[in-house]
Amino acid sequence: MTRSSKIFRFVLKRLLQGIPIILAIVIINFFLLNMADGDAVDVLAGEAGSATPEYMAELRAKFGLDQPLPVQLLVYLKNVVVLDLGYSFRHDMPVSELIVDRFWPTALLMVSTILLAVGFGILLGLLAAMRLNTWKDAVITVFALITYATPLFWVGLMMIVVFSLNLGWFPTSGMENVAAFYEGWDRVKDIAVHLVLPTITLSLFYLALYTRMMRASMLEQYGQDYVITARAKGLTERRITFVHVLRNALLPVVTMAGVQVGALIGGSVIVESVFAWPGLGMLAFESLFARDLNLLLGIFLLSSVLVIVVNLIVDIIYSLLDPRIEVS
Amino acid sequence: MLAFWHRYKRNRSAVFGLVVIVLVVLMAATADFLYPFDPFRLAGKPLSAPGTNGFLLGSDSLGRDVAAGIVHGAKTSLLIGLIATLVAVFIGILFGALSGYYGGQLDNMLMRITEIFQTIPSFIFAILLVAILKPSIYSVVIAISVVSWPGVARLVRGEFLSLKSREFVQACHTLGMSDLRIMLREILPNCLSPIIVIGSLMVATAILIESGLSFLGLGDPNIMSWGFQIGAGRTMLRSAWWVCTFPGVAILITVLAINLVGEGLNDALNPRLRERN
Repeated sequence: MTRSSKIFRFVLKRLLQGIPIILAIVIINFFLLNMADGDAVDVLAGEAGSATPEYMAELRAKFGLDQPLPVQLLVYLKNVVVLDLGYSFRHDMPVSELIVDRFWPTALLMVSTILLAVGFGILLGLLAAMRLNTWKDAVITVFALITYATPLFWVGLMMIVVFSLNLGWFPTSGMENVAAFYEGWDRVKDIAVHLVLPTITLSLFYLALYTRMMRASMLEQYGQDYVITARAKGLTERRITFVHVLRNALLPVVTMAGVQVGALIGGSVIVESVFAWPGLGMLAFESLFARDLNLLLGIFLLSSVLVIVVNLIVDIIYSLLDPRIEVS
Repeated sequence: MLAFWHRYKRNRSAVFGLVVIVLVVLMAATADFLYPFDPFRLAGKPLSAPGTNGFLLGSDSLGRDVAAGIVHGAKTSLLIGLIATLVAVFIGILFGALSGYYGGQLDNMLMRITEIFQTIPSFIFAILLVAILKPSIYSVVIAISVVSWPGVARLVRGEFLSLKSREFVQACHTLGMSDLRIMLREILPNCLSPIIVIGSLMVATAILIESGLSFLGLGDPNIMSWGFQIGAGRTMLRSAWWVCTFPGVAILITVLAINLVGEGLNDALNPRLRERN
């Protein structure tokens, strides 16, 4: 069997493995929805101000809420399959539309965060490993320890105090200056300026993580036999580090970037609500206060699916990068 | 025990972490003595800067004493961190032990469940749980433990898998011991040290999750906590930076100290691992 068809089969297999997990999450979702006090009809009745018990019973029959639980579960599953995640009464919009609307700001924030964290993490980890047990290594290690222990929301607020309120370099909140009606490159620049603080805040934690991992990974690779061979061949230390060790040390860091996506989504809820970044995290924060459970569950479902998809992509990249991994 | 302390002592940052934790615990234990009044009470002029009007660390927009909040909040953070971790470790041991010991179909099923809980983005899941169960100290503990146990389950499963085929376990089988007794009295004590290490690091994570939840307004409304203080102070950031700053420093120092102790325990409990590095 050729390699490409092997990879294709591998992807297919992983996709099939993902399905039961998604199914389980949908079922968890359904039970959480049922655990909450009050159903959609209670919310509707509350919104309308008054409703007779007869009218509410009629509504329940209409929505199928009077059916036994297993039947309701099947209906819910069917709805999720056709991407109908229910209706957000607070925003007066279907949940799926609302989520799609708010997805892009979050995607932008995440991609820039991953690039920054992985990029600088690799750089700092490399530096620490090359200058092992010097003051540079010590400084980088201490920095990683401290950022690892700092709550994200606090970093965000302190960034606002220093860089927005005192220095006035960056705006305190939002994604763009809506009142300015920028277009084209001006708008891109405006968004970029707004993006700086949230990105730095969100990336700090992962920066610490990747730095520590990269350092450990480099040290592990230095101890391998092929490094001794390379030295025996008379290669310079420089060449050994950058051509041989670095490449191999990168692999676990790539995998880790995938594993951490779930945590990244959680972090974005906090960072977005600190900086009023109009993404999914901010939406989740708003729905908390509006007690808009349909919306919150929709966001939860989407982020779980996102984690599964990203892990799949990382697995594929990994198997392409490292031919030692058996894809079949 | 003495040998253990000797090994632990070699790691100076771990000793430093331990000293800090002891101080934080002392602070929490003497909270009612240091600040005998309700930390939610109006204690003086609102928005006093640190060091003025008798406030060591200033007051917030409702005239609450920031220092009193920090001292009382220490109790909340430590208690929730500890209890949530204990519950999570208990669930993790249960899943991991059954899975690793019996293997086969049961292992397959339990590990599938663990995998699902590992895939779910944990912080959003915690938010969801607290929102549905209504914010209270119980729901916060439940939410944190529900999202933290899978790591323990995997660890314990691995340990049980490798220990169950060892000779001393086979000897126990020959003696006719029951499975339960072998699991609890023979295998479990042998994998305590990695559990202690992962548990100590989990306390730090639990404190961070708790602060995040109460920052978002999902903490118990009747109990003072560091995250709540920061959340309440954020609208006053421009005029009163101290309200947000000091509780954050408290979280940072506590979590850092616990992490240092965790690493120190790791070095002290697994001496072979340390010498290899």
